[in-house]
Amino acid sequence: MIAFVIRRLFQSVIVMIAVGLIAFTMFRFVGDPVNQIVSIDTPREQRERVRQDLGLDRPVPVQFAAYLVRAAQFDFGMSYQFRQPVRGLIGERMPATLELAGVAAVLALLVGIPMGVFTALRRDSLLASLFMAVSLVGISLPTFLIAILLRYLFSVQLGWLPSYGRGDVVMLAGWSTGLLTASGLKALILPAVTLALFQMTLITRLVRAEMLEVLRTDYIRFARARGLRNRTIHFGHALKNTLVPLITVTGLQLGSLIAFALITEYVFQWPGMGLLFLGAVQNVDIPVMAAYLMLTATIFVGINLVVDLLYAAVDPRLRIAARPA
Amino acid sequence: MTSGPVLSVRDLKVEFASRRGVLRALDGVSFDIGRGEVLGLVGESGAGKSLTGAAVIGLLEPPGRIVSGEVRLLGERIDALPERQMRAVRGRRIAMVFQDPLTSLNPLYTVGQQIEQTILAHLPVSRREARRRAIDLLKEVGIQGAERRADAYPHEFSGGMRQRVVLALALCAEPDLVIADEPTTALDVSVQAQIIALIRKLCLERGMAVMLITHDMGVIAETADRVAVMYAGRIVETGPVAALVGAPLHPYARGLMAAIPRLDGDRERLAQIPGAMPRLQDLPRGCAFCPRCPENFAHCHVERPELVTRGEHRVACFLYGDGLADRAGDDGAAPAPEMDGAPGEAVP
Repeated sequence: MIAFVIRRLFQSVIVMIAVGLIAFTMFRFVGDPVNQIVSIDTPREQRERVRQDLGLDRPVPVQFAAYLVRAAQFDFGMSYQFRQPVRGLIGERMPATLELAGVAAVLALLVGIPMGVFTALRRDSLLASLFMAVSLVGISLPTFLIAILLRYLFSVQLGWLPSYGRGDVVMLAGWSTGLLTASGLKALILPAVTLALFQMTLITRLVRAEMLEVLRTDYIRFARARGLRNRTIHFGHALKNTLVPLITVTGLQLGSLIAFALITEYVFQWPGMGLLFLGAVQNVDIPVMAAYLMLTATIFVGINLVVDLLYAAVDPRLRIAARPA
Repeated sequence: MTSGPVLSVRDLKVEFASRRGVLRALDGVSFDIGRGEVLGLVGESGAGKSLTGAAVIGLLEPPGRIVSGEVRLLGERIDALPERQMRAVRGRRIAMVFQDPLTSLNPLYTVGQQIEQTILAHLPVSRREARRRAIDLLKEVGIQGAERRADAYPHEFSGGMRQRVVLALALCAEPDLVIADEPTTALDVSVQAQIIALIRKLCLERGMAVMLITHDMGVIAETADRVAVMYAGRIVETGPVAALVGAPLHPYARGLMAAIPRLDGDRERLAQIPGAMPRLQDLPRGCAFCPRCPENFAHCHVERPELVTRGEHRVACFLYGDGLADRAGDDGAAPAPEMDGAPGEAVP
C-alpha cells in the first residue's frame, strides 16, 4: 500500500512538472514579458535592467528550473494587473471558491445519492418519474441560465436571498469563512445550489443506473434468498457496490467544481479564484493565469490520489491490484 | 414435527403477463420431497426447473406470479405469505444455492461477515456466537484453516471453495429444504464430484430435503433419490432414480438418457433429441413434446397427456395411457401435425 502511494506521488510530480512547463511557456507565448511590465517609452537600458532583474537573460531551461523552484514555494511572481504578489491574491480568494465548491459537492451528494437510490428502488412510482424528469432539466439546462433564473426568482422577485457577493466573512486562522455568519450563509445558498444542481442530477442518474445494474446481480438474488432484510440488501449490499464508480465521478466532478466554478462565480460576483482568473484573462495577467493553471492541476492530481486510496478502502479486490507485482 | 413430506407442491401454475398475452410457464406442477431426500429436477433450459425453485422460495421476478396451486412446507402453506413472513422463511427454513459461485457472493464483504450477517438475520444469537458458528460451518463444508479463511474475501477463494462457502451460507440457519439450482454447472468436473458428495452428505446428516435442479443427468444419477423430468412447464415423468435412469418411459426422458456420454461405449455419435423446445407463446395444442417425438401419433396432437402411474414411474404420455386404443380410434381422422400458436396463451 505504501509503495503504491509512493508510486502515485512520483507520477503526480511528473504531471506537475509537465503542467509547470505549460504554465511557464505561457509567459513567452504571448510575447516578451518585459514589454508587459514596462511602459512603451521606457529606454533600452532600463528594459535591459528589468530583464536582468527578472533573470530573463538566462538560458530558458535555467529559467524554467527557477520557475519550478519558486512555484513549489507558492511564489508565482507579481500580478501585472494588481502589482501585488500572485500568492496573496490567490490566498485571499481561494477560501471563497473552496467553500462554495465544498458546500455544492456535499449538497450534490446528500441529495443526489438518496434520489438515485429511490429512483432505482421505486422505479415505477410517480415520484421517481418526477425526479427523473427534474434531473433531465438539471442536466440539460446550462449553468448560467439556472443561475439567472434562481437569482430572478429568489433575489429579485421574492427578495429572500442576496443576488451577489459573499456576505460578511470572519477570519479564522488566515482563512476567511462565510460559513459562520448569517449573511455569509444566505449569500452562499444560491451559488451553491446553482453549482450543485448539475452534479446532483449527474449523481442521481449514475447511482440509479449502477443500482439497477447491481440489483440484477446473483449476489443480490442470493442475499434475498437468504432472507436478509430489504434495508440491508439495498444499502449494505447494493449501494456499497455502486461506490467505486460513484467515487470516480465525484472525484472528477469535485475537481471541476473547484476549477470551473467560473460561470457561477461570475454571475453571482462571488469573490473566488474563478472571478480572479476571468479578470486575469481580460487583462493578459500571465502570472495569475499561470498560477491558476498550476493550482487547479494540483487540486486535480490531489483528488485523483485520494480517489485511488478510496478505491482500495471500498473494494478489497483493488487492494490486491494495488500491491506491486 | 409432521411425518409428511418437507415440501409438497400441488398443481402449481405460474404465469407471466406480457404485452402479447399471458404466458403459462409452469402448468400444473406437483411433487413432494421428504426428509433427507434429494429430488432431482431435470430438463432442458427453459423447461421451468429454475422457475419452480423461484416459485417455491417466493422469488419470482415480476411479472411472473403464481396463479394457482399450493406450496406447503411441513404442511403449512407458504405460497401466499406476505413478504415479511416469507422473508423469515427464506434462508431460515428454505435455502437456495445458485449456479455460479463466482457471482453469488458479495465481493465487498469477507465470507465470514456474509455468514454472520445471515445467521444474525435469523437466529437470536450474539455476534460472538454467530462468528463461532460461521467458522464451524466453514469447517463443516471442508474449508481448510476456517478461522483464518473467514476473514478472506470471495475473490481469494477458488470456484469450488466458493461453492462450499455458498453451501455454508445456505445452511447457516439450518433450513428444512435446500433448493440447489445448477450447483455444479459452473465448476470443473473434478470439483463437481466433491460438491455433489458434500451436498449428499449434508442432506443425510442434517435430514434436509434437497431440490436439485440440473440439466446434467450424470449429476442426477449420482445424487438424487427421485427424479422429475420437466418439459415445457410440466413434469412429464417422475420416479425413483434407478428406475428412471435405468428404464425411462417417456420418449423425452429416453432421449435425455440416450444423450449421456458413456466411457465404456463405442465411439458412435451421441444420440440427440432433434429440434428444440417450443417457445411458451407457441406451445402445440396437444403434447408439448409431440413435434420432436419419434413415436407421436395422431392423438398426441390434439390432447395433453396427464400423469399416469406405470410401475414405479408416473409418466405423462399416451404410449402408456389407458383406453388409448379407443381414443386413437376417435382421433384417427384428426389433422396431422398442427401447430397453431393460439393454444399456448391459455388465458387471454
